[in-house]
Amino acid sequence: MKSQLKKQKIVIAVTALNAIDSPGPGMAVIRAIRECNDFDVRIIGLAYESLEPGIYMHDIVDKTYQIPYPSAGTDALYARILYINNIEKIDVLIPNFDAELFNFIRIREELGKLGIHTFLPTQEEFEARDKINLFRFGKKHDLLMPDDKIIFRISEISDAAEKFGFPLVVKGKFYDAVVCNSVDQAEKAFFKLQAKWGLPVIIQEFITGTEVNIAALGDGKGNAVSIIPMRKLYITEKGKAWSGITIDDQLLIDQALKFIKATKWRGGCELEIMMTSDRKPYIMEVNPRFPAWIYLTAAAGQNQPAALVKLALGQKVAAFKKFAVGKVFIRYSWDLIIDISEFHKISGSGEL
Amino acid sequence: MKLKKNIATSEAGLIFNPGTGDSFSVNNIGAEILAMLKQTNSPQEIIGHLSSKYDVEKNQLEKDMDDFVSQLNDYNLLDK
Repeated sequence: MKSQLKKQKIVIAVTALNAIDSPGPGMAVIRAIRECNDFDVRIIGLAYESLEPGIYMHDIVDKTYQIPYPSAGTDALYARILYINNIEKIDVLIPNFDAELFNFIRIREELGKLGIHTFLPTQEEFEARDKINLFRFGKKHDLLMPDDKIIFRISEISDAAEKFGFPLVVKGKFYDAVVCNSVDQAEKAFFKLQAKWGLPVIIQEFITGTEVNIAALGDGKGNAVSIIPMRKLYITEKGKAWSGITIDDQLLIDQALKFIKATKWRGGCELEIMMTSDRKPYIMEVNPRFPAWIYLTAAAGQNQPAALVKLALGQKVAAFKKFAVGKVFIRYSWDLIIDISEFHKISGSGEL
Repeated sequence: MKLKKNIATSEAGLIFNPGTGDSFSVNNIGAEILAMLKQTNSPQEIIGHLSSKYDVEKNQLEKDMDDFVSQLNDYNLLDK
């Protein structure tokens, strides 16, 4: 007798279709979800720019709508999602950009009333792991994090330099970090980052070691559904992984478990770890969404995006027990050719 | 002296450390030594085995073996 297993039909909206040189996670999230045999999915892309490659990848994204930039605020975002939902009847929405998460977290309840499920951290969790709060957050939860000093004035650099010595790291409020070896360099970096991202600027202790990233999925109750550590094998000029390998190090896994337990993290996240030569795993940064390399989790046997969809739909998901160690990803570029009419359509009507 | 349990090796001489993601490659004799190190053989036993199999002076073999083991140690592949 043939089995008549019916796949669950769901509509999933995903952001971050910018599969560019420093890619957003959207396309990797979709790829992983499409590989899950439990779903029959229709993927709705949510794009900010007309040249996000995913808009034109019709085998992967069924239909794309433009959405307003985060700076337009939550009302504009909600109005646009309402319009899209009236057409598409979205079941699950997965935002993947740091800059948009604040707005999506704020309208989460309204989205829920429309029948749109999300699986996002709370605003408190989201803010606690912010760069500006990171050291205090680590101290509170007994997690190793580099010491820092939040500064608003350039005159504060010398105090920070006295505290940390050189080199030290000057970091922008949202993105970018510069390793500096003198007060002069630190001042230059301060002006550059202040102009780009505003104040404050963060001066951070420089930690040397091996850089390892961890993709993790928390159930919101303090349990980790999945933890996959990845060591970068090849890094771009922007510090992004172009190639990486899954590794098995219990110390790293324990650190991620501790983080998820302490925060009761809800949803996907990426921990950026610096493992020192005396095996101290410093958490350098916590990204509150899946990383761009998230497909590696599916390839290693723990499909985190698919598990997140199930959690968002209220289904029970057991914690994954094992994963394939030594799985390597190598990112590649591809020139996608499209007709100008497609570009006109998305630019003019905001839909494709 | 023993190769760490989690270290993966192949007959072709590839070594993979799953804890760090590091990969290395060694030549045929290196692969043979690694295979023996997996069986907890002492360096003296390995040297004995190699000197009976290959035409090599014992002094040279001991020196090469020391170098090889010290490299394995540097790369954190041996149990301490």
